[in-house]
Amino acid sequence: MTIRIRVIAFNTFREAVRDRVLYNLVFFALLLVAAAPLLGEISIGVQRVLLINLSLSAISIFGIVISIFVGISLVSKEIEKRTLYPVLSRPVGRGEFIFGKYCGLAGTLLVNTIAMTAGFYLALLIMTRTFTRADANVLIAIYFLFLQFIVIIALALLFSSFSSPLLSALFSLSMFVAGTFAGDLRAFAAMSHGPEGVLARAASYIVPNLASLNVITRVSHDQFIPAALVGYNTFYSLLYAAAAASGAVLIFWRRDLK
Amino acid sequence: MSRRSTISVASGLVVSMVACFALVGKIEAAYPSSPMEDVLFISSPEFVKRASLGYSGLLADIYWMRVVQYFGRKHQRDSKEYKALTPLLDITTTLDPNLVVAYEWGSTFLDQPPPSGAGDDAAAVALIRKGIRNNPNEWHLYFTLAFIQYLGQHDYLGAAQSFDEGSKLPGSHPWMKVMAAKMLTEAGNFETARYMWQNIYNESTDKNLKQNAELHVASLVVDQEVPKLESVASEFARHTGHNPSSWRDLIVAGWLRSIPVDPTGAPYVLRSDGHVVVADPKKLPFITRGKPE
Repeated sequence: MTIRIRVIAFNTFREAVRDRVLYNLVFFALLLVAAAPLLGEISIGVQRVLLINLSLSAISIFGIVISIFVGISLVSKEIEKRTLYPVLSRPVGRGEFIFGKYCGLAGTLLVNTIAMTAGFYLALLIMTRTFTRADANVLIAIYFLFLQFIVIIALALLFSSFSSPLLSALFSLSMFVAGTFAGDLRAFAAMSHGPEGVLARAASYIVPNLASLNVITRVSHDQFIPAALVGYNTFYSLLYAAAAASGAVLIFWRRDLK
Repeated sequence: MSRRSTISVASGLVVSMVACFALVGKIEAAYPSSPMEDVLFISSPEFVKRASLGYSGLLADIYWMRVVQYFGRKHQRDSKEYKALTPLLDITTTLDPNLVVAYEWGSTFLDQPPPSGAGDDAAAVALIRKGIRNNPNEWHLYFTLAFIQYLGQHDYLGAAQSFDEGSKLPGSHPWMKVMAAKMLTEAGNFETARYMWQNIYNESTDKNLKQNAELHVASLVVDQEVPKLESVASEFARHTGHNPSSWRDLIVAGWLRSIPVDPTGAPYVLRSDGHVVVADPKKLPFITRGKPE
């Protein structure tokens, strides 16, 4: 089973890497990172803060765009090109197929994130001439961004397992936006009573809690990120992604592919 | 499509676009659009923060850039009004409550009298107090508050308290304690102000802040020298019965050794009525004495 998943994941990775759109996005993100020192020049006293904010936001936004737009086409493209049928006609389970696809895209995102992180640290080195201990703190924020990506990929897969690519993109994007307001939703739920309160509470737990996975502003000011938050965020993201991916597998199992 | 038609269509496109560009200028002159500089499309800081989708740090940096550019443009035009400055700073610091530089510089932009700034002490103090609430361990913010209370509001007691509170924070500079004491004993004299600006100059690593402090030190030197030179000229007039016509009269009479120069290296101008002014007041924007009328 592991070998089959690995083969599907590797092929998904290879396919994504061949995609020119992906390179354009990564190039554009790196261009933004390179532009940060220039933007800092027309401001006062925020060169380093701006470099961190701009670079990490670029990594996050482009990573989310890749997660959604590549994620939604993972299954639909295979069906459309009819390449799914020869795969499923072999001893490959539908669950293995979905999980392999998921791992392949997560691997692609990991490589992209590493490349963009390298670009960011290079820009930081050029700007500050030296690294400090606080610069290592930025890695935690980047790790959290990667956790965001694995959640979004799982959601994109879930939506693409039952709807068209356009709707899947819309749903995934909406979940991302709603996820950044998860805290507000919970606060709203706490203020509401009756059925509205129950609905608001349910919604606040269904949408991914993405706000805690964005600590860009905090690390830009060298603020300490507690180890407990790293642990909680890791477990939460893995569990949420597992739940969404399981949902995708359940739907895909029942889907009529004839 | 033939080559000829391609060339004709492409030429048509280029000619039409160039004509459009030229016409936009004419239309603008005939029907001018309202100036955008003081327009804030979204004025609610909380809304902007929510709409940032978690990228509030980046948006704060962009707003801060806008503050700097807005202030710079207005300052360059010797503007007396900085309408959008307070709301822009409010949005910036709500988006990123830890952007200390925005409180420090923003309050300076607000505090300095026009045309060097908005001349709004109350807004400057409100901004810096917001900064202290969000960053209680930043001694620089207490220093900036004390600085505004001292120079802008002449609230020496309040300034002494702020210097004292800031001096207790970790990493604060020892001269904060000295300033707290000076505020209670000799707040109104030039030497105290000069001491403070000199310390800002020595401590600062930011080239803009250093330059600003340098200009203030130079302006204080002028504020001290001009009355002295004017009193020499009036003494001369009392003795001779007429005002000196030039510095040379005072040098020949032994009242001065050489032509006095201001901190920029330019000679002071002695007017026929005995008043002394600087040659180029733009180079010394913070002087209160020696300004040509």
